[in-house]
Parts: sequence; C-alpha cells; structure tokens
Amino acid sequence: MSVHILLLSLTVICAAFAVVRTRVIRAAIMLASISILVTITLFVLKTPLAAIFELSVCAGLITVIFISVISLTNPLTKEERSEERENMFKKFLLLPVIIIVCGVSFYMLTKGINFIPVSGPEAVEVSDKAELWHLRQIDLIGQIIIILTGVFGVAVLFKDNKDDKK
Amino acid sequence: MTVSLIFIPILLVILLNIPRLSGKAAYYAALAFFAYQLIAVFFPEAVGSAQFSQVLGRWFRLNVSADGISKVIIISTAIVAIAALMTSKPFIKYDSRLFSLSNLMLLATAGINGIVFAKDVFTIYVFVEVIAAASYIMIVLDKTESSLEGGFKYLILSSIATVMMLFSVSLFFLVAGGTGFREISDAVRNFGGNTVVMLAITLFMSGLLIKGGLIPFHAWLPGAYGSAPAGVSVFLGGIITKATGVFTLIRFFYSVTGFNDNVKMVLLITGSLSIVIGAIAAITQKDFKKVLAYSSISQVGYIVLALGAGTSLAIAAAVFHIFNHAVFKSLLFVNAAAVEKQTGRRDVDSFGGLGYKMPLTSATTAIAFLSAAGIPPLSGFWSKLFIIIALWSAGCRGFALLAILASILTMAYFLNLQKKVFFGEMSPNLEGVKEAPLSFTIPQIFLCAITALAGVGFFYVIKVLIFPSAGII
Repeated sequence: MSVHILLLSLTVICAAFAVVRTRVIRAAIMLASISILVTITLFVLKTPLAAIFELSVCAGLITVIFISVISLTNPLTKEERSEERENMFKKFLLLPVIIIVCGVSFYMLTKGINFIPVSGPEAVEVSDKAELWHLRQIDLIGQIIIILTGVFGVAVLFKDNKDDKK
Repeated sequence: MTVSLIFIPILLVILLNIPRLSGKAAYYAALAFFAYQLIAVFFPEAVGSAQFSQVLGRWFRLNVSADGISKVIIISTAIVAIAALMTSKPFIKYDSRLFSLSNLMLLATAGINGIVFAKDVFTIYVFVEVIAAASYIMIVLDKTESSLEGGFKYLILSSIATVMMLFSVSLFFLVAGGTGFREISDAVRNFGGNTVVMLAITLFMSGLLIKGGLIPFHAWLPGAYGSAPAGVSVFLGGIITKATGVFTLIRFFYSVTGFNDNVKMVLLITGSLSIVIGAIAAITQKDFKKVLAYSSISQVGYIVLALGAGTSLAIAAAVFHIFNHAVFKSLLFVNAAAVEKQTGRRDVDSFGGLGYKMPLTSATTAIAFLSAAGIPPLSGFWSKLFIIIALWSAGCRGFALLAILASILTMAYFLNLQKKVFFGEMSPNLEGVKEAPLSFTIPQIFLCAITALAGVGFFYVIKVLIFPSAGII
C-alpha cells in the first residue's frame, strides 16, 4: 500500500509541475514522467498489458509528438520567460495549498470507508484478449470515434482557413 | 436499429474523408443521416436499419439495446441535429469549416446514440467522452476569443465530471465485479448500504449533474452556449446536455441503481435550485443567447425535479419534458441565430418592433415561449402538467407548488424578451432588416409544427412514445 501511495503522490507532484512549468518542453517531460509513474503503478497492480500500452503510447508516442511540435515553435525570449514565470508564480501560489487541502479532505472523507467490500460477486476470469476484442467491442468503437474527433480537432484548431472561401 | 445508428455515421465520416469531399457534400450527407435516423425509429425495416444491424451482428457483438426512453432521445437528437446543421450553414464562411462541422456533428450523434443504447456504465463513460471532445471542438469552431474561453471552461469542468465518473466506474467494478447494468444493479441491491457503493453513486451523480449544467454545477454552461457558433448552440442547448447529463441520470437511476430517499432529496433540491436561480438569472441577462442559456438551466431543473419524485409517472414526465425542451429550446436558439444573422447583434435592449420585419421569426418565438412557460395546448404545458401531477402524487407537494410558481418566472423573462425584441415601436436602425432566409425558416416551421402538433396530439404522443418508455401502459 505504501508503494502505491508513494507512486500516486509522485504522480500528483509531476502533474503539478507539468502545469506550472514555463518551458513547454519541460512540461512535456513532466507529462512523460507521469506516464512512467502510471506504468509502474499498473505493473505493481499486476496489469502488464495496460502498463505496456501506457508506456508505449503515452510515455513514448505522445511525448515524441509533443516534442516534435514544440521543436517547430519559437521559444520564448529570456525576458518573456522571466515575466511569464513571475505571473506563473502568482497564478499558482495557492496550488500546493489546494493540493494539500484536497488530499487531506479526501483522506478524512474516505478514511472510514472499507474499500474491500463485503463478499461481493466473484469476478469472472476472462483473458485480456477476450475482454478487449470480444466483450468490449462497443468501447473500442467509442475509442475509434474519439480518435476521429481528435483528427477534426487538430484540423479545426490548427488549420488556417484564409484561402478557403466557400 | 441500434448498431446501424452507431456505425453509419462512422462509415459516413470515413467515406467523406477518403477521398476528401467538399463541405457541401458533407453537409447534405449529414442531413440525410439525421433524417434517416428519424425515420429508422419508426420504420426500421423499411429503411433497412434492422437488416443492416443483422448483417453487422455477424461480425460484431455489441453489448447494446434500445428501449422506449432510447427511442425518445434518438428522435429528439435527429430533430435537433437537422435544425442545428441547417442553422449553421449561413454563418460559415469557409468550406473546410462546414466540412469539419458536418463531420463533428455526425460523430457527436454517434456518441449520443452510443450512450442511449449502452448497457454498461463504462460504455456510457466512453461515449460521454466522445460527445465532450466533439462539443469542445464545435464550440471553438470560430476560434474567437470568447468561444475559446467558453470552450476552455467547458473542457475543464467536463474533465472534472469525467474524472468523477471514471472513479465511480472503478468503485462499481470493485463492488460488483463488472460494470454492466445488471452487475451493478445486483450489487446495489445486495450491498446498498455499503459506503463504497454510496460513494460511487454520489460521484456518478455529481459528474452527471455537472454535464447537465445544473445549479450549482452550471459555471460552464452560459459561456459555452453564449459563445458557441449559432448552430452549435442549437445542438448544445437542444440535445447535448440532455443526452450526457439528464438522460444518463434517468438511465442510471431508473435502469441501474433505483431511487433511494437520499438520491430523491438531492434531485429535488438540485432541480428546485436550478428552476428558480436559472429563471432569475435569465431575467437579468441582456444577451439573447444568454437568456436562453439560463432558461435551459431552469427547464432542465424541471426534468431533474420530476426525477426526484422517483415514480414511473415522474420518469414519463421527465422524458416527455426532455423531448419538448429539445424542440422548443432548439427553436428559440434557431430564432436567436436568425435575429443575429439579420441584424448583426444580440443585445436585447438594442431591438424593438422586429416582429414587423421578421414576422415568422416573431410568431415562432412566441409559440416556443408559450410552450416553455407551459401554456395550453402547446406541448410544454402537458409535460409540465405531468411533472406537477407526478410530484403531487408522490407526496412532494411543496415542490409541485414551486414548479407552478416558477412557471410565472419563466413567463416573465420570456414576455420581457419577446416585448423588447419583437414588439413595441420599431427601432430606426432596423429599417433595412428582412425576414430570415430559408436555412432558418425551414427549421423554424419544422420545430414549431412539432411543438404545436405534440401539444394538440399529446394523447397520441404519450400513448405511443412516452408512457411505454416508463413502463406505463
């Protein structure tokens, strides 16, 4: 249990850093760190298939895409960054307090809860392959729709329509 | 019907993109699909929907099914989507944007259909995400500062709701050993008092209340509705929040967990707060679309209030009001778009006497307002009447009285809006204004006819669609 708490705490810290970093590249590295921590958590929880997906897709592929895009942008100048950092500190001054308050409140609210319930129904053992490709087909279709939606999101948000009159 | 209404929009999107066709082709393809969806509910054999599902059933084993409530939502979705897409067209300057919007509406509709046919809470979560992603992109379609801000608020609050729902799904999995409706229903029946089950129900309900934009979870809604492109506002206000928030709430409590006293009280209080605060906020607004946005909060409050009664009649009343609200609120958003297109503004104080120049828009707005305020014989009257009867017969008499009194508030802000925009002396700077073009008048007539016919022929509507959906014969 203590390993889980340590891993989850590190994940929250990395997430907070990903938000407050002024250099986008460092924020991307922090996001990759989150994925690595989640991968370790999933391994500890004995779900290797999910861990491998998380590592290869989130920590690997998505980080590569982030870094490729960031390499195409112009970095901030020193002055801009120091100004940004100053604003950032003001903006996120309360972030550690919020994280601590949320963490303590959650602990207080849930400390009386026994998360291992009374003799619940036995989960039927199903292989990962059967779970993914046979029992969860509708969810896979949902994922396909999300990917297609994401493609349109990129097209809408990043495409310049100036020369594209109706 | 079920499988075809999820697969066909996906196939259409693929066909429209490989090779990439024009925005106009995508627009007409999307309109054709929405019309197909509407017909498929009534005649699944005649339009080949049933046969298509059978053929796909050989390769895919989708855990989906349709019931009476699904049918009402599918019909509402198709009606609203047709109106929303037609309203969008005159505002879009670029072919690629029309193309993207048509595709996104197809994908969002596939998402709604997925939620409606789901038999598993994880599937609901996946399709709620589909709709959230598509809605965010549609809101920021114009890439103006206000739309980006509205979209960002929606994205953040929607993500919070999603996290709550996912956490809840994992807790249900822990307790029930699965995420299917049947497993969860059994678990709730066997371990209803377990704190993990109660936490899971609370989290799922809170997530859905955020998605539905109910008070006090409404912070994202006015900004998103107000700043989204005109047609997208029709789609959001007409069906998106109802499918992701209210319908899922009905499905969750009616088909999965059942209502207990605590849940009923939360729904009654949230519904009442939304009705009253939404209506008071609508009175104070100056922006046409924001009045409608706050009015949506108030009207969705009626649906949630009805759910709080927890009886079959209350479910039927809530489903009927979802349908009616989808129609009359879409009509109002179409009319707001028509006024914005013809005059170039939305500040209600800057109009006056617009009814002389836009008589059809003025008349249809009045009909929609009267339906929203619950004036007979329009459809809104019957659903509100059922809500009040359901509350009264369930012993929630105070809440029934509140629902009646709040109708006066609804009447107040709608009369105020109608008077300021369409009645009175004509503002001199509106001299050159003309009636809206066909892209607006067709959906106006279409939606207005549904409001009037569903009101006059309410007996047929409740007998064929509404009462069977709640298991009342």
